[in-house]
Amino acid sequence: MNKNKEKLLAKRYSSEKRFQFLGKSAIFMALLFLAIFIFKIFSTGYTAFQKTWLIVPVNFDAETMYLDANPSKEDLEEADYFEISLQSMFNLDKNANEKQQNELKKMVSYFFEREIKQELINDPSLLGKTKDVYITASDDLDQVFKGNYPRDLPENQRRVTDYQLKIFDQLVEQGKVESKFNLSFFTYPDSREAELAGIASSFMGSIFSILVCLAIAFPVAVLAAIYLEEFAPKNRFTDFIEVNINNLAAVPSIVFGLLGLGILLAVFQLPRSTPLVGGITLSLMTLPTIIIACRASLKAVPPSIREAALAMGASRMQTTMHHTVPLSMPGTLSGTIIGLAQALGETAPLILIGMVAFVNTIPGSPMDPAASLPVQIYIWAESAERGFVEKVSACIMVLLGFLIVMNLFAQIIRHKFEKKWS
Amino acid sequence: MLGFTSYYFGRKKAYTIQSTNKRLTALPQFYGYYLAIWCAIPAFIIYSLWAIFEPTIVKLLILSDYANQGYLDDELNLIYEKTKALSRGQFTGEVTSLIQTSSEKYLNLRSIAQSSKVVIVLCIIIASVAYAYKRISSNNRTREPVEKFFNAVLFTASLAAILTTVGIVFSLIFQTIDFFKVIPLFDFVFGTHWYPAKAFVRDSSEALDPTMYSDTFGAVPIFAGTFFIAFIAMCVAIPIGLMSGIYLAEYASYKVRQYAKPLIEILAGIPTVVYGFFAALTVGPFLKDIGTAMGLEVSAESALAAGGVMGIMIIPFISSLSDDVITSVPQSLRDGSYAMGATKSETIKKVIFPAALPGIVGSILLGVSRAIGETMIVVMASGLAANLTLNPLESTSTITAQIVVILIGDQAFGDPKTQAAFALGMSLFIVTLCLNIVALRVVKKYREKYE
Repeated sequence: MNKNKEKLLAKRYSSEKRFQFLGKSAIFMALLFLAIFIFKIFSTGYTAFQKTWLIVPVNFDAETMYLDANPSKEDLEEADYFEISLQSMFNLDKNANEKQQNELKKMVSYFFEREIKQELINDPSLLGKTKDVYITASDDLDQVFKGNYPRDLPENQRRVTDYQLKIFDQLVEQGKVESKFNLSFFTYPDSREAELAGIASSFMGSIFSILVCLAIAFPVAVLAAIYLEEFAPKNRFTDFIEVNINNLAAVPSIVFGLLGLGILLAVFQLPRSTPLVGGITLSLMTLPTIIIACRASLKAVPPSIREAALAMGASRMQTTMHHTVPLSMPGTLSGTIIGLAQALGETAPLILIGMVAFVNTIPGSPMDPAASLPVQIYIWAESAERGFVEKVSACIMVLLGFLIVMNLFAQIIRHKFEKKWS
Repeated sequence: MLGFTSYYFGRKKAYTIQSTNKRLTALPQFYGYYLAIWCAIPAFIIYSLWAIFEPTIVKLLILSDYANQGYLDDELNLIYEKTKALSRGQFTGEVTSLIQTSSEKYLNLRSIAQSSKVVIVLCIIIASVAYAYKRISSNNRTREPVEKFFNAVLFTASLAAILTTVGIVFSLIFQTIDFFKVIPLFDFVFGTHWYPAKAFVRDSSEALDPTMYSDTFGAVPIFAGTFFIAFIAMCVAIPIGLMSGIYLAEYASYKVRQYAKPLIEILAGIPTVVYGFFAALTVGPFLKDIGTAMGLEVSAESALAAGGVMGIMIIPFISSLSDDVITSVPQSLRDGSYAMGATKSETIKKVIFPAALPGIVGSILLGVSRAIGETMIVVMASGLAANLTLNPLESTSTITAQIVVILIGDQAFGDPKTQAAFALGMSLFIVTLCLNIVALRVVKKYREKYE
């Protein structure tokens, strides 16, 4: 073979290899991003499922609480716990001066009074005795204990003072600091204090908006898809509807937020910040997704089914409702779940309709103000406090967990129930 | 409520009829549906008409007392509001005897309206059910009307998509028109200074002064920022997305494809707020550290961080769409190229890629439209101040970010600042609409060519 030709061939082969390598590395890059991403979220987030508690001896002194020897339940509710709570913190260092006492108080969450109160109400016989009580540590100490907070910064750049660290280290040595599963993260509503903030309110908000979204989007979308696929005559108008649906599927979500704000809130005067409005807005967004999925699965039902039904004397409506639609349901349902999963992760439109307000109660109905999980992520991510960083990651983990479960569910429905026509 | 109870009532009754009927012209349940529809729909129509017109009529009746007394329209409205507030027990101001009497009249009218509504709706139900019942008894056709009704319901549902589009346009257009009454269109499209915060300081009692807003709502920096960030995103997404799409379609074995494709698509399922957090907390500071190590000034909220992360988000859109497009190129084209002795990569570059180009362009356009409309990543990772810059290391702002910044918290409708957000939304809608229409058309044309 001619030498030049050999060279050319080698060049072509190496270019072939290069091209393959590029393709492989592109996929590798995409997967690498995914891996980094998940690793980052998990590595910063898993600590949020633990919470640091200080074990502090509390003297339930009846006199300081203005209680008599045998208080009734109401008395216990009404009693003054502030003084004994304060005292028990001050007792950690008996020689503390006023400034240091103030710092001692800030070592625990402002909830500590309530935690001590709860202890006594659960066990009234503690009155007059001293008992070790678990008290939520402040979020800064929590972060120090988890090792997320650099201790070697100069004192004036830290939120934890040297004195607090000293006392805290003493407590650690005495085994008076414990890390336990953070149940309050799931049961508490949002709070300005990182150590007390939980996802209960935003979680319920998400559930309510998704339910409203499902209740509106699913029936309308399925009916619309049935019409377009089975009954619509082929004319300009149905073409127009079709173009509309395809466009809506690609309209940026924030535009739907403007729609919610300009029409639902301004014209219909629906209550702001509620999952009701959020759900309606999201349902308009998921509508095209479900319509497209439902039409695809209606299209996949073979014409022989329809022809058989028609041949047996069924009307078109009966054919559709009794045969085609039930057969298409698995595809429709999995499309619906995927659409809902998208809606669950949506943030921007909910911010515009005011679901970003600070809500520290757990909503009981779609008419109560609430946040939603992604909005909660946004709110916390914008907070400056370090304690919120792990909360955000933990909240993301919860949200991703939900999305994964929903998508798996959609897959299962599709594979288990969908008929394969061959 | 009344409609629903009557629905069940009607159905129950219909089922009892069907047992006595000997020769049926349709399946028994159609008789049931027929009666139920006749029962619920007229009542429902009357009920909703009532709900719409009742307040207006009551208002007219109340205000007829005040007619010919020389009140202005605004004063009459005020009187009516006061009356309503008083009868609800929420009135806080001074109670005059005039308002006292009209409030009593208001309550009186309301109760009359309430009871007459119940009576009328019941009458309608009875009348229409009786009519339907008679038709059923004389064994008239029931299937056709019922099916016609269902057909109408299906048709109405399919209008939802149009209604949504109309809703979007309406919600945007009025505010936008109001905005352009204050700010000339020219200033908005060609102005280079965007400081909406300046408009907010205005004392609300002051009259609108257009000169105040000159140089406040120039949207050029925002449009530029939007396209710039979208450009950065596409710089990341196009090479990676396209190459992985090509690899998946042409080279990957069945097994690799089976695992790699869903994994890449996970990237599309991650909520954008999560990307935003990632960009703001990890990528931004990381780029800043690298920048300082190289002696560059990098803002922690650089356009590069936001654009880069947005690019990662768009990878799966481009990869799976171009994968589809490449797979649908007919095998004969490949075979022809191989027969000429071309290697696989030469076939891809010289034959398949040109053939698939329209589809790939369509998928890229869809990606661009997504990048332009993306909100949360920009809000969280990019700056909120509008800088007119082409330096990817500085912070810029986008249309979507500005909308969020303006509308977060309480809004006052009628304020030019709020209207500016709607005007931005309008431009966003128009731009993405054009991109989508073009992209969808290109992809559709392409599909038709090879199918």
